[in-house]
Amino acid sequence: MINVVTQAKLWYWQRLSAMVLALCVVSHLAMIVYASRGGLTAAEILARTRGNAPFAAFYSVFVAACAIHVPIGLKSIAVEWLRWRERSASIAAAIIALALLVMGFRAVYAIFV
Amino acid sequence: MNEPLYAAIWRGKTNGSFSTYEVPRHESQTVLDVVTYVQRHLDPTLAYRFACRVGMCGSCAMSVNGTPRWTCRTHVAKVVRGNTVRIAPLAHLPIIRDLVTDMREFFDKWTRAKGDFVGTRTRRDDFARVAPNSPERTAADAGVECIGCGVCYAACDVVGWRADFLGPAALNRAWTLVNDARDVGGRIRLRAVAGDAGCHACHTQGSCTQWCPKQLAPTAAIAGLKRATAKAAVRGEL
Repeated sequence: MINVVTQAKLWYWQRLSAMVLALCVVSHLAMIVYASRGGLTAAEILARTRGNAPFAAFYSVFVAACAIHVPIGLKSIAVEWLRWRERSASIAAAIIALALLVMGFRAVYAIFV
Repeated sequence: MNEPLYAAIWRGKTNGSFSTYEVPRHESQTVLDVVTYVQRHLDPTLAYRFACRVGMCGSCAMSVNGTPRWTCRTHVAKVVRGNTVRIAPLAHLPIIRDLVTDMREFFDKWTRAKGDFVGTRTRRDDFARVAPNSPERTAADAGVECIGCGVCYAACDVVGWRADFLGPAALNRAWTLVNDARDVGGRIRLRAVAGDAGCHACHTQGSCTQWCPKQLAPTAAIAGLKRATAKAAVRGEL
């Protein structure tokens, strides 16, 4: 059982990460719409992202915010809607957080290097 | 007005069923009038709870056509569908019998939320002077008229999902005390209302505020508790 102070902190982390995600998602979508107006190939994308540090930094923040926000929300859904026990839901959420971090940073690494 | 009214009323415990009674229609008839008519004229074994009949005591709340309401101040004309009104015990509370629920858990949660005033003054001290227009007094005023009817508790989805969730009424009470300049139970209370059984479980759906018969806003009180616990957490005082 997570103690109440940690539960409260997780709530604030989720709220803060939601604010970051709001900016990230809007920027991400705007970038896709803008960049793909005339069609875009994988090679063209990589040509722009390789060695582009601001690009990698932006998506690193995006990945971190996802890895914080998503598992906390899924844990609540598992407890409230699927009736999972607190402990199982917390373990599942931790695994999902780790998976999002690994897959996300792997993707950032792949387009940067 | 000459059309009869059909009242489908819950009978039995959790595994009970609705029984339909034909009741004469009257002008300005309340849902409590309907239930009382059934008990006095059609079936004296019907169990229900009421006391003041004027919206002060908070004991007659029931689920009317699926919505929690104070039945003594709910006109049939406002809620009737066709010529039927469906009356059930409040949701999220164990049913004792018919329309009577066991409200112990509801009130125990007020205690768990540290809903009791903790003062330091004695009868020998002077009265505390609280500026009527101070932000704290205004915030306390906004929530202090709760009559403990349980409508918000029955309206709240989170109460149904999390058995340990303190619920809108208990959290609203805690918020009035957080804003009470005379109260000294602040830190312990904030800890009691923080976390997944407390204010942080609220999804701000606002059903409590929508259905509160006193037009209070427990949603706003809970948001206030979230702000207060955040401040306390940042200062390391939670």
